[in-house]
Amino acid sequence: MNQPRAASPPPPASPLSEPRPVISLDSVTRRFPGALALDRVTFDLWPGEVHVLLGENGAGKSTLVALLSGLHQPDAGSIRVDGRAVRIDTPARALDLGIGTVFQHSMLVPSLSVVDNMALGGAWWARPDRAGLARRMALVGAEIGITIDPAAKVGALSLGERQQVEIVRALLRGSRVILLDEATAMLTPQGAGKLGELVGRLAKRGIAVVFITHKLDEALAIGHRITVLRLGRKVGEIAPDRLASLGPAAATTEIVRLMFGSDDLTAPTAAPRRDRMAPPPLLVIEGLAVDDPVVPLAGIDLAVAPGEIVGIAGMDGNGQKQFAEAVAGQRRLAAGRITLGGTSLERLDVGGRRRQGLRYVTDDRLGEGTIGSFPLSLNLLLKDVGEPPFWQGGLERPEAIAAHARRLVEAYDVRTPGISAPIDTLSGGNVQKALLARELSGAARAVIFAKPTNGLDLQSARAARQHVRETANQGRAVILLSTDLDELLELSDRIAVMSRGRIVGMVANDEAARSRLGALMSGVAA
Amino acid sequence: MTDIRRPDHERRHEPPSGPTTTPASEDQAAGNPPGRRGTGRAWTRLALMTLGPVMGALLLSGLLLLALGVDPIAYYGFVLERGLINAYGLQATFTRMGTLLLIAAGLIVAFRAGLWNLGGDGQFLLSAVAVAALAPLLTPHLPIALVLLAGLLAGAAVGAAWSMLPALLKAYQGINEVITTLMTSFLGISLANVLVKLAFHDPATTVPQTRTLAVADRLPRLFGTTVSSGLLLGLGAIIVVHLVMTRTAFGLKLRVVGANPRAAIHAGLPVPMLTVAAFAISAALTGLAGAVEILGVQGNVRADWNPAYSLTVIPLVFLARFNGFAAIGFVFLFSVLSIGGESAARRTGVPNFFTLVVVAILLVMLGIAEYLDKRHRTARR
Repeated sequence: MNQPRAASPPPPASPLSEPRPVISLDSVTRRFPGALALDRVTFDLWPGEVHVLLGENGAGKSTLVALLSGLHQPDAGSIRVDGRAVRIDTPARALDLGIGTVFQHSMLVPSLSVVDNMALGGAWWARPDRAGLARRMALVGAEIGITIDPAAKVGALSLGERQQVEIVRALLRGSRVILLDEATAMLTPQGAGKLGELVGRLAKRGIAVVFITHKLDEALAIGHRITVLRLGRKVGEIAPDRLASLGPAAATTEIVRLMFGSDDLTAPTAAPRRDRMAPPPLLVIEGLAVDDPVVPLAGIDLAVAPGEIVGIAGMDGNGQKQFAEAVAGQRRLAAGRITLGGTSLERLDVGGRRRQGLRYVTDDRLGEGTIGSFPLSLNLLLKDVGEPPFWQGGLERPEAIAAHARRLVEAYDVRTPGISAPIDTLSGGNVQKALLARELSGAARAVIFAKPTNGLDLQSARAARQHVRETANQGRAVILLSTDLDELLELSDRIAVMSRGRIVGMVANDEAARSRLGALMSGVAA
Repeated sequence: MTDIRRPDHERRHEPPSGPTTTPASEDQAAGNPPGRRGTGRAWTRLALMTLGPVMGALLLSGLLLLALGVDPIAYYGFVLERGLINAYGLQATFTRMGTLLLIAAGLIVAFRAGLWNLGGDGQFLLSAVAVAALAPLLTPHLPIALVLLAGLLAGAAVGAAWSMLPALLKAYQGINEVITTLMTSFLGISLANVLVKLAFHDPATTVPQTRTLAVADRLPRLFGTTVSSGLLLGLGAIIVVHLVMTRTAFGLKLRVVGANPRAAIHAGLPVPMLTVAAFAISAALTGLAGAVEILGVQGNVRADWNPAYSLTVIPLVFLARFNGFAAIGFVFLFSVLSIGGESAARRTGVPNFFTLVVVAILLVMLGIAEYLDKRHRTARR
């Protein structure tokens, strides 16, 4: 991990008067086991500019923030601050360099007052100078147009106010660069608007802001410069003058094109997978509604024929997870009916629906799909605990369990040191193969795939796509939830677009699908 | 933190040494089984990892004794002589093991299910009081065997009942069981006292205590010794618990809930029901321990009696990493220390609870050993 970095060339001999980026990344690469999080990304950050980073989950945005805030080191490439190559190996070092980070989740102590939170990190022997801090806070706040009560308990503040506190704290520590990692993800639209204005004022004061989001409208409203990341690569950058000249509508098209791949509509990207007569649907969802504090679902209708793949597109966090969990039985339905081959499912629990042949391949593979410390063999049977022939009269039958595991490892080509290896020692691609083995073996009739290639390397992703295709070819009904438009266009027969907990459109997968989906997803056609 | 909490069972399949994060494909490509050299080193490491901390704890405790002005060799000598070598001492050690093993079995069920049942003392004491009140009332009317059976069942039932409030709050409201079990434990201890003084006190004495079960009516002793048959119950319970937790579907379900509650929901397990079941079993075993202590050893409950066995056993169960067989070893070691320590305390003037100090130091030493081991392994990688 700590391999010495290549000796960096001397800083460019440029006169100080000439404007230059505060921070520049030069071909930075960062690998994680089984994944390339950042692939030779070059990125400049200019003072007084709001630089928006756009991209789906797994595009590498968070890794880039982690590199700049000292949480990770690049495997290759260099980071320059003010033209000097630096090594940001701790968060403290990042602060020293003037890089302040506001993470998605508040890093303040809720039980302490605002001013005490500011005082954290001071010398432990000295009594915090609360009055002085409060004065300086008021000063900084006045400059950027916010007022915060220094005596207020952080726990009593709204999320937006907490972010203001964090921004002020970063400024008090002398930050010239502020990284906002998905700062608006948890805010109300109003709060997000306020934050946008604040960011604008910061930029006017000459501070460089990195603003990470996956909401297009925000990016256009706030950003001066927009960089789009995709699967760890920088796929495009829109400079300030171009952004201004494009105008919102053209910019949206441009960004959608960058985020979701080529707009080369003339080339047949993915012809309809195969012609078919319309057989009666196998999996029918009618009027599905789910209560959820973040994204409630309402009025979702979907019918999937045997052998059909229905894709569901949409930006992350528009209710895809809630939908999958509701269908699989992990969430209560507020309303709606689910039938599989004529059998009503909505009153059955997870196990009951599974026995009817409904399978759910979760995208949260380590969080809920598996138990990391348990051996692979048991993880392959996690949804069948107590079932014969693996358990007989409640007693474990190790030979049957081992034989089952060996069979699936062989059939799905899971690379593992052994069937008794804890599953968290496997690479991401192999964990996914194990999950696919668990969900697709046996009497599956309808399968929900949630982002089946998320976080996988190319080869594993290809294998996972192949499994999705084969599942449909075996006459099963398939729902494919994905944020990767290329993947949806490659695999699906029809593609629905989900936005804010509703299905806002359904598109047959023909030549015009890409542009129509782009329009639906960016809200232009909605 | 070290992963001292990770149950032993879950890593039984790991190779004894060697990097476990080696990319799988590499391992297969090389086709190398773990080398002999590695196995030898693994054994050395295991010996170092268990014996080292024990020696270290004895040494540090010895230094503490020196600081108190007590000859550590004499103290340890008394402990060994009174807890292990002397026949009466050894029998007392075995008798105490019975009660402690039942508590350990109860704790293992809860801890493996990821439920921190810290309310064992309340469950234990309430059961003890209920049994002490019930058994002398039944003796005139029932054969002794039936009285004992009724006492054991009542103890288990009372223990389980006292755990239901935290169990239901945890299962259906998600309220942290550490807080609720501790609170109900304090309530249970106080309630037990009140019951002894107000409801169940023996009118024949002025001392506030329950009626005393005649020695002839207590749990049978084993093979003409003074060892109570509670030892067999304890050994049986902990072995059964170990096998149930490691070899059955029910045990696996509890472990799934304990290891990753979200995975349990994803897999469709009835998490609230399993939570209540784990609590009930855990507390029933603790209640059984209370019954065994009364029916086999004490015969009655005096007001303000609280041996705090459950809180004492918790570190032992952690040391054993929730493994039933390892727990037998640690409970034995602790019983020797505590029986021997009682008489060593009388002779050397060291407070009785010095044995707890030794256990605490041992726990810290094991934590340190595990930390060093982990660092060593990371460094080698």
